[in-house]
Amino acid sequence: MLRLSIPLRQALARLSLPMLIAAAFGVMLLGKADTLLVERARMVLADALMPVWSVVQEPVGAVNNAVREAEALWNIRAENARLREENDRLHRWQATALALESENALLRRQLAWVPDPAPNFFTARVVADGGGTYARAVLLATAVQLPARKGQVALDERGFVGRVTEVGSRSARVLLATDINSRIPITLENSRARAIMVGNNAARPRLQHWPEGQAPREGDRVVTSAEAGAFPSGLPVGVVRWSDSGAPEVELFARLDRLDVVRLFDFGLTGILPPESVARPEPRGRR
Amino acid sequence: MKPPIRGRTEPPAGLLRRIDAILRGAFPSLVTLGLIVLAAVPVGAPGLVMAVCLPSVFFWTIFRPSAMPPPAVFIIGLAQDLLTLAPLGSGVLVLLLVHGVMMRFRSLLVRQSFWLVWLVYAAVAVAGAALAWALTGLLNWQLPPSTPAIHQLGISMGLYPMLAWVLSRAHRAMQNAEA
Repeated sequence: MLRLSIPLRQALARLSLPMLIAAAFGVMLLGKADTLLVERARMVLADALMPVWSVVQEPVGAVNNAVREAEALWNIRAENARLREENDRLHRWQATALALESENALLRRQLAWVPDPAPNFFTARVVADGGGTYARAVLLATAVQLPARKGQVALDERGFVGRVTEVGSRSARVLLATDINSRIPITLENSRARAIMVGNNAARPRLQHWPEGQAPREGDRVVTSAEAGAFPSGLPVGVVRWSDSGAPEVELFARLDRLDVVRLFDFGLTGILPPESVARPEPRGRR
Repeated sequence: MKPPIRGRTEPPAGLLRRIDAILRGAFPSLVTLGLIVLAAVPVGAPGLVMAVCLPSVFFWTIFRPSAMPPPAVFIIGLAQDLLTLAPLGSGVLVLLLVHGVMMRFRSLLVRQSFWLVWLVYAAVAVAGAALAWALTGLLNWQLPPSTPAIHQLGISMGLYPMLAWVLSRAHRAMQNAEA
């Protein structure tokens, strides 16, 4: 230990708070000046903590599952009635879908249609909430050999979740569709009208910038649009709901409040990425 | 040298004793860092990390300031900002200011009842949330919505009694060990 004289030590103790407050301002400036450095620091910390989270996640996941089981047992009658009704409805849809599938195959044969290649995907576990008060993001545990890359699209078993914005060696951060900085180009499936889905940190993102005279209607299905080259077209996003205050919102298919595992799809698209991530060559072995 | 209390002889200042003292000194900040890491595990309530940070810093500043020096507060704030997507430095500044203000008033608060301290905590949390909101707006150059702040404030105030109960137990155990 350093041996300092008592007055010197007292002076240092008195000075440390103002000095650190000044340092906090310095850190703020640094954070604004060098966003890449901050991003790297965030991912280094996330990588370092990933083993801890992976271990802690097990019991927490077990408790969550138990709670869900209990809820399911509690609601079993109502759930059963709902499922019966839904099953009847889906049976009718299945018949329609099979008829359409065969018709589609016939038409494709006649048009010499070149099908889209099946996209590559891998699954990753959600281990930590990476957002905070004013942001909605999750941290994924990605194994070293898995090709996590910025710009990959995350989907859960139901629909669109968000995009990979930061990648470390063992972890990746996904900015959720509900985040205030999230802007997703979408298509309204009925009218084929384009619009932008804007996150507002609430459960339902809002719709903006639809074409004149083609306002989104209640119940319209919302899918992603290939505009700007950030997403492939047609990924399921949600359903339009008009809020009480008279704004069109999207009820997402994905259950963002209970994400366990997400699929990361690589469509090889690099639209709307920050310039530094496109300009820099990626390290060998990724991609 | 002060006379030993209740006839216990002071053990010699060996390596073990020094390690013991260092660990006891570092315990509050280490526990706070551990809490931050645990609070990030997703349980369906976003913003838990910040809701855990402020009570810990507040409590230890009042009741054991020697164990929560400004550098420790700085590191805790930095860890909080890096784990969440908050603008870097905003959490650091809020925690340091709370620490500074509480250091000034701790002599008044340290003997007060739990309820009064909780009330003061609520006021501090409101001020801290307002400052964090303003800093986020300033640094992102975009007006942040106020509902998440209020939501987080509620969690933070509700968590304080629970955390304070556990922390005061730990504090008392440490006092007993030192007596």
